[in-house]
Amino acid sequence: MHAPIPHALGLLCAATTLVGAMMVITRKVVVHAVLYLVVTLLALAVVLALLGAPFAAALEVIIYAGAIMVLFVFVVMMLNLGQADSARESEWMRPRAWLGPALLAALLCAELLYALPSLLAPLPPPFAGPATETPLPPAPPLFRLGVHDVGLSLFGPYVLMVELVSFLLLAGLVSAFHIGRRRAEER
Amino acid sequence: MPPLPPPPVASQALWAPALSFNESLVLAAVLFCIGLAGVLARRNLMFMLMSLDIMLNAAALVFVAAGARWHDAAGQVMFLMILALAAVETAVGLAIILCLHARGRPTLDGDSNNLLQG
Repeated sequence: MHAPIPHALGLLCAATTLVGAMMVITRKVVVHAVLYLVVTLLALAVVLALLGAPFAAALEVIIYAGAIMVLFVFVVMMLNLGQADSARESEWMRPRAWLGPALLAALLCAELLYALPSLLAPLPPPFAGPATETPLPPAPPLFRLGVHDVGLSLFGPYVLMVELVSFLLLAGLVSAFHIGRRRAEER
Repeated sequence: MPPLPPPPVASQALWAPALSFNESLVLAAVLFCIGLAGVLARRNLMFMLMSLDIMLNAAALVFVAAGARWHDAAGQVMFLMILALAAVETAVGLAIILCLHARGRPTLDGDSNNLLQG
């Protein structure tokens, strides 16, 4: 059975994710869409944390909402499409453009502050196989798979996939460098 | 196709997450459909890239939710792989956009740049 308040928080987060995604694909200005996409990713990170995956949630915030969104913002700044620069900056600085993302982000922040004590509670003991005769310990709020479990799995049975992902990252690096180099030569 | 094994018995008492597995699946499906609609409906390359990111996030959410249901860290391992994949995809896509823009295309319309020359 669901506890009512965490369930309501989870549904709130899911709704924030969906609203943010809808706003991303319906905006006209790219920067507005980037703002809404950041909020969407933050809400999805909260959903991951509520599912008992704090490591995945942290990576979602750090890599997705941090690094990848910085790439998007840089490209938007370098593209310079359409209107003159000052007009575009005043367009970005209008409070109406920031209102929606700020509202959704404030919702997420309030939820995070509410849920922080239970997320910081000590980890339950690791799950030790099927049911035994001994009675269970008192139930923690949720079963978390933390960094320890993920690291053991990542560098144990899945170490070949780590190597393959490193190949993928190298290929991406080389191809991005190649495309950028051609552009620099043609100038 | 054999049915999926039930979650571990002793852990059911331990597990009362805020979102059930079915709700996570519904959320991921709707999120994927929104991303797909974005790819199909928008012609701006930036919006198409962002919609692709939304779809990748939906797939990653399914992996993490399944990992949480069966108490297996492999779901989060796949999440890491999808994260690396999304980073590579975004970097290469944005490099292509910058390359097209540097060659003097005035627009980011995805239909106008349907030929890439080696």
